[in-house]
Amino acid sequence: MISEIRKHPGQMAVMVLITLFLLAFLVVPVVQVVFVAFMDATTGGFTLLNFKDFFSTALFRESFWNSIYVGGMSVLLASAFAMPLAYFTSRFEFRGGVIIQGLGIIPLIMPPFVGAVAMMMIFGRNGSINLLLEEFLGINIPFMEGLNGVILVESVHYFPFILINLSAALQNIDRAMEESAQNLGCSGMRLYRRIVLPLAMPGYVAGASLVFLKVFDDLGTPLLLNVNNMLAPQAYLRIASIGINDPMGYVISVILVVIAMASMWLAFLALKGKDYATVQKGGGGLAKRRMRPIEMFFAWIIVLIIMTLVLAPHIGLSMLSLGTIWSYSVLPDAFTLDHFRAIFSETPEYMTNTVLYSALAGGIDVILGTAIAYIVLRTKLVGRQWLDYIAMSAVAIPGLVIGIGYLRTFFDVEVPGMDGQSFATWWVAIVIALAIRRLPYALRACSAALTQVSVSLEESAENLGANKLKTVYRIVIPLMAGGILAGFVTSFATAAVELGMTLMLVSKNADGPLAYGIYVYMQSAAGRGPGAALGIFAVLVVGLCTFISHVYVDRRQRALGMKRDD
Amino acid sequence: MNQNVNLAGHGSPVGVDIKGVNLSFGSTHVLKGIDLQIKPGEFFAFLGPSGCGKTTLLRLIAGFESCQSGEVLIGDRDVAHLPPWRRDVGMVFQSYALWPHMTVRRNVAFGLEERKFPRAEIGPRVEAALDLVGLLELAERRPSQLSGGQQQRVALARTIVVEPQVLLLDEPLSNLDAKLRIQMRRELRLLQRKLSLTTIFVTHDQEEANTTSDRIAVIEQGIIQQVGSPMELYDQPANLFVANFLGVANVVAGTVSQEGDGLSFRSDDGAVTVALSAAGQGPRSIVFRPQNLTIQPAGQPAPEGLTELAGKVSHMEFLGSVVRYQVTVGPHFLLVDSAHQKGVVPMEEGTDVNLFINNELVIDLPN
Repeated sequence: MISEIRKHPGQMAVMVLITLFLLAFLVVPVVQVVFVAFMDATTGGFTLLNFKDFFSTALFRESFWNSIYVGGMSVLLASAFAMPLAYFTSRFEFRGGVIIQGLGIIPLIMPPFVGAVAMMMIFGRNGSINLLLEEFLGINIPFMEGLNGVILVESVHYFPFILINLSAALQNIDRAMEESAQNLGCSGMRLYRRIVLPLAMPGYVAGASLVFLKVFDDLGTPLLLNVNNMLAPQAYLRIASIGINDPMGYVISVILVVIAMASMWLAFLALKGKDYATVQKGGGGLAKRRMRPIEMFFAWIIVLIIMTLVLAPHIGLSMLSLGTIWSYSVLPDAFTLDHFRAIFSETPEYMTNTVLYSALAGGIDVILGTAIAYIVLRTKLVGRQWLDYIAMSAVAIPGLVIGIGYLRTFFDVEVPGMDGQSFATWWVAIVIALAIRRLPYALRACSAALTQVSVSLEESAENLGANKLKTVYRIVIPLMAGGILAGFVTSFATAAVELGMTLMLVSKNADGPLAYGIYVYMQSAAGRGPGAALGIFAVLVVGLCTFISHVYVDRRQRALGMKRDD
Repeated sequence: MNQNVNLAGHGSPVGVDIKGVNLSFGSTHVLKGIDLQIKPGEFFAFLGPSGCGKTTLLRLIAGFESCQSGEVLIGDRDVAHLPPWRRDVGMVFQSYALWPHMTVRRNVAFGLEERKFPRAEIGPRVEAALDLVGLLELAERRPSQLSGGQQQRVALARTIVVEPQVLLLDEPLSNLDAKLRIQMRRELRLLQRKLSLTTIFVTHDQEEANTTSDRIAVIEQGIIQQVGSPMELYDQPANLFVANFLGVANVVAGTVSQEGDGLSFRSDDGAVTVALSAAGQGPRSIVFRPQNLTIQPAGQPAPEGLTELAGKVSHMEFLGSVVRYQVTVGPHFLLVDSAHQKGVVPMEEGTDVNLFINNELVIDLPN
């Protein structure tokens, strides 16, 4: 250990700094939360009493089961959306393939809570669809009643996780696997059941457990749909109404973390054995055939229905943002740009704050991500792997829990020179919390980029006289640029629409980012228009950034010959 | 070529001394007591099967590995504690390792920039190096726009432009197709002569080593088996591994004992006996090459003074210039090459034949 410090003092110093940062802003706050959940509020000793209280309260028991139910049902509904789409693209030469790919991305641009109110306007009891149904068929379907609404909104948003993972798994199946089964006399549904499904299963399970995790942790959607008898809203309401000393918020946080870790573990286990499904030499993907006209007809109908559902939140949000009054009618009464004017003139701080916070968080993330990736992949420092594990563990911590942890840990910490300003309610805390929460995305992007850089490219620079630092600066960083940018954009885009954590940490409206603004506006009927306009702004910013970085990274990779034209 | 810039500008070439080097990765002992002296200006090859440690030894010289004991001297300088960027040895990587984000010109200029050459000097030197490998007109291209052979030349130009004291080549020809490989190895040899640059070449291909190198070290399991010129290694292998690794060899195990005035080798089963003029006694193996044998159908008159072995053709391969027969002699399968001329009908499988060995060509080695 001592000799290592002597050999690479620079590397060691960077590693120590990063470790301290992660300890202070990730490990300590989360451990605090767990600690308080098991602490006797009066004596300070260890106790299970809080958990006993939790499970003996009818409201909490109901919330617990509701969260499980909503998570499970969302997985089922999302699977119902994703499976036919994945089947069409993997099995047939289908023109709609491009549309399906687009469907896989659109929902991810916007977190579910943004579109929740818009969905209410379309599918609610007095929404467009039910008004039409009542007029023509005399029926009213409770799409959005209570938990149904949460399930519908969540599955419309998160089904792409299943679609993407399942499609990838199906496309990775070597055609020779299918052909050798046919060669041995197996075909049709039997072939599907015995060969294709087992090979695609890991991809499906990974996608499904991700959906469950996202839904289980989501705070914004149930809050905006006014469904409070679920776990995340209960935790928020307890802390917000009773205060940061109420143990129930911490107990719920621990439960959220445990369930999140369990579903991540499930996804990890499912993907661990995926090696056997990867393409070997020869043709990739299953044999595709042309659809018969009747098949084509039904395929298009299914794709169009799902497309309409997926676009519903976006369409609804657009109409909300452009409509004057939209109540008890299929469409808004008239259209106007007033709501957009309103957000730019009355509350521009929501947008400027978002750009500031997200850009800072994204910047911190790619700097940390590049440094951690380099330490893990290119140095021999003891404990480097742990740095990666700790940074990645943020993925399993719901934003709400980080928010609670920050309040608990930093509420009594004063910012020096700011006259009694608590660190927990300072805007910088929001930036750091966003950076910590989005670090895993940036870290994976940076690691992937560094893995693509062959070590011999660095060794040849050293061989020609460049030292380690010079090599990093002249060879490693330029070659990682695409991945670093992708990591920045992912961090930036997802930080821009993070709600759970910001709700806990924003102490005054002037410090609030977009997501917070949308939440505040959507509380009142009059605020729905400006709230939706903010939502549209968010979608445009996130969508544009993602698109531009995608085009840039793709071009660059082609120019460097790291990716060939297919 | 730009006459104003002379790439072989550094002083007289230097040698490389490797003394008692031991290197382990964890519990795997990769290099075991390596001692080697590479002479100044020599073209030297490390030859061995994959995993024998030859690339590790090269990387040790370049400074990318460090050894637990022993020392590496370049010229008379102990480089063991120098990082790669202070060693002044040029290495051409197996994958070429050209930086994809830089043009050919920027790739070649890199080493000069790191050595803080004045800008005015870098340009002409880069052009001279590119001219030397015949790629001057491709200077503004990106590596991804070049063929494998061109990338190889750029890698070479990038290395020699800094005029390193020693040139290290790590399987530089393995990614080229067969025809290009033959052309490149000739060019490498010519270039090395021109620059009189001490060069170490790592390969698993004996033909590559034979055709380029002044001397070869055959390495197996982290141990140097033999050092010598290509012909010495082929004609006087030090052990059975070297005999088998370089070229095709017939190996028969048996015993050498005194018989009358001379020595005689007798295989364990008695099927092969050969009189030897000089050999170690006791359990030994004899080695002879397929071209050391002549083959005749049984019943034809025997040539004078050769040892005769009776056998049967069990397999025949046509290799173009020769026909290679596998002949069963007792329990042994011996390979015999017979020069092929147009119109000659080869012997069929199952033909009874006699083999003749010139005893002088038989090598005896310890088992």
